Amino acid sequence: MSRRLIIDLACLATFALMPLVAALCNEPFLVSLFTRLAIYGMAAASLDLLIGYGAMVSFGHAAFFGLGGYVVGIIAFHSSQAMPLWGWEGSNSALVVWPLALLCCALLGLVMGYLSLRTSGVQFIMITLAFSQMLYFILGSLSLYGGDDGILMNERNTLPGLDLNDANQFYYLCVGLLVVWLLFCRRLVGSRFGFVLRGLKQSERRTVSLGLKPLRYRLTTFVIAGLGAGLAGLLWANYALFVSPDMGAWQKSGELMAMVILGGVGTLLGPVLGAAVYLGLEQLLSLWTEHWLLIFGPLLLLVVLFGRQGIYGLLMARQRPRKPSAQPAPVATTREVHP
Amino acid sequence: MLLLEQLLNGLQYSALLFLLASGLTLIFGIMGVINLAHGAFYMVGAFCAAHTAIASGSFWLGGLAALAGAALYGLVIETGIIRRLYNRDHLDQVLATLAVVFFSNELITLLFGRSPPAMPTPDWYNTFVEVLPGLMYPVSRLLFIGAGLLVALGMWLLINHTRLGMLIRAGADDHEMVGALGVNISRLYTLVFVFGCVLCGLAGFMAAPLLSVEIGMGEKVLITTFVVIVVGGVGSVRGALVGALMIGMVDSLGRAYIPQLLDQLLPAEVSGALSAGLISASAYIVMALVLLVRPRGLLPARA
Repeated sequence: MSRRLIIDLACLATFALMPLVAALCNEPFLVSLFTRLAIYGMAAASLDLLIGYGAMVSFGHAAFFGLGGYVVGIIAFHSSQAMPLWGWEGSNSALVVWPLALLCCALLGLVMGYLSLRTSGVQFIMITLAFSQMLYFILGSLSLYGGDDGILMNERNTLPGLDLNDANQFYYLCVGLLVVWLLFCRRLVGSRFGFVLRGLKQSERRTVSLGLKPLRYRLTTFVIAGLGAGLAGLLWANYALFVSPDMGAWQKSGELMAMVILGGVGTLLGPVLGAAVYLGLEQLLSLWTEHWLLIFGPLLLLVVLFGRQGIYGLLMARQRPRKPSAQPAPVATTREVHP
Repeated sequence: MLLLEQLLNGLQYSALLFLLASGLTLIFGIMGVINLAHGAFYMVGAFCAAHTAIASGSFWLGGLAALAGAALYGLVIETGIIRRLYNRDHLDQVLATLAVVFFSNELITLLFGRSPPAMPTPDWYNTFVEVLPGLMYPVSRLLFIGAGLLVALGMWLLINHTRLGMLIRAGADDHEMVGALGVNISRLYTLVFVFGCVLCGLAGFMAAPLLSVEIGMGEKVLITTFVVIVVGGVGSVRGALVGALMIGMVDSLGRAYIPQLLDQLLPAEVSGALSAGLISASAYIVMALVLLVRPRGLLPARA
């Protein structure tokens, strides 16, 4: 078994067995924590698709997370207040609400991506930030939907065959979607499309001279990544039963970036581990002291400065001494300094 | 008259933005570092000013403390952390400086507590002057505008007419060549960084009596500062000036006129909510528009 497969299976087993462990230890809190990990892991992995494979450092990825959540929140608000939204009385069915939320995210991704991709480098970082801030302020100004305070929801969406109000069933749904999402991303980056994307990352000029149009590939990736974060956002709205503009704030985008770096850029599973470590540390340190950022800040700094390959890279790197001829960890080859 | 007053308010906001943006754009232009922690120095300056002024009772001593505090913290952060980021990619820079922001906010909370200090001010500071017949304007804001103008003038003199300025321009063009000519490039970097921090300290001192001195004040203004330098063209001080004026004016005039305009166009319940959002988002909308027309900003450093 390759090390990669071992890591995959270990992660899968941990996630799959968690409710059992929680029940044995009588700590239902663990299931709740791991639901959060799965949701954030999905958002972080989708950002990794942009940063690690598309070389698009988006500082506005939380916009999709926020929008996905808000669509769920707004529809729930209308159906619970019996206040029709443009003549539609709303719905509580996940099969209606979720595709709608994803559609909104896709549209946002299309517009935001098309405009942002006219720039590159720092300007790209900043214009994505600007778009997410725009969305943040617009969400905060919706006084009907609570303004800055956001929307409290009464109940989770309903899905036929599953009871989402049951913590374990909701957890398994999130984990299932996370696994499907990761498998899809892996297929994507391993496909012809993914190779073009990585080619663009290594040398745009070379790829263009092969007759490929960069915008098409980058924009598609941007939209797909937006869908991933949107899916995470709508799951979060269902998990927390609360949405607020903070879901789309720039701090959230920064957190997602931190998870990607922490886990390992360009590894997909790494950012999920990064999200786990980030949220786990946040939980642990904030139990210990309210000034947890005082410790977490320097820790993050150390990882950025010295741990170039993240957690995933660390896990993979151990096999090198035994097999000197083995390929180096994939992260090492895919990082490139922008000119 | 309202227009004139709004223009002056816009000018004051522009002055704040310029103080922060000019340092930030120099740091980016020369060292190539995206410094999210720039706002932290502004916050450090404001806290130093307020607490020194409270302790000593002297307004000006507070100002001195702001400059010294920001410079010292800048020196520590540059030599300890930022220096290691010069050859890293943008992603690393963003995250490392984000970590500095986290850390700085908590450090300030630990040192000074959560309650926002009120900066004591001398009597003359709270008076009004008649700028034009019939238009009274507070001295505090005029002082702010004056400081902005002075710094703009000083920066122009420094960059275009001194040896140090020549090195800064040369460093922005080709820092390897400057190093090869025997200039201590790492000392130049430290100097520029600390200079940027001193400007942040000045901004913090000027803003301390006007705005609330609180944790997170740095991030709030920092994001807008980034908008300013991107609009103006990253790396160019002239661009920072143009960008600061543009964003400051759009914000201030938007606050005054967007609600009126929307009230006429839309039903009342929609326009109220929409105008609040539009005002907050106006700077970002300007930036998006500018980048769409000129992806490198209005006055890029290197054409």
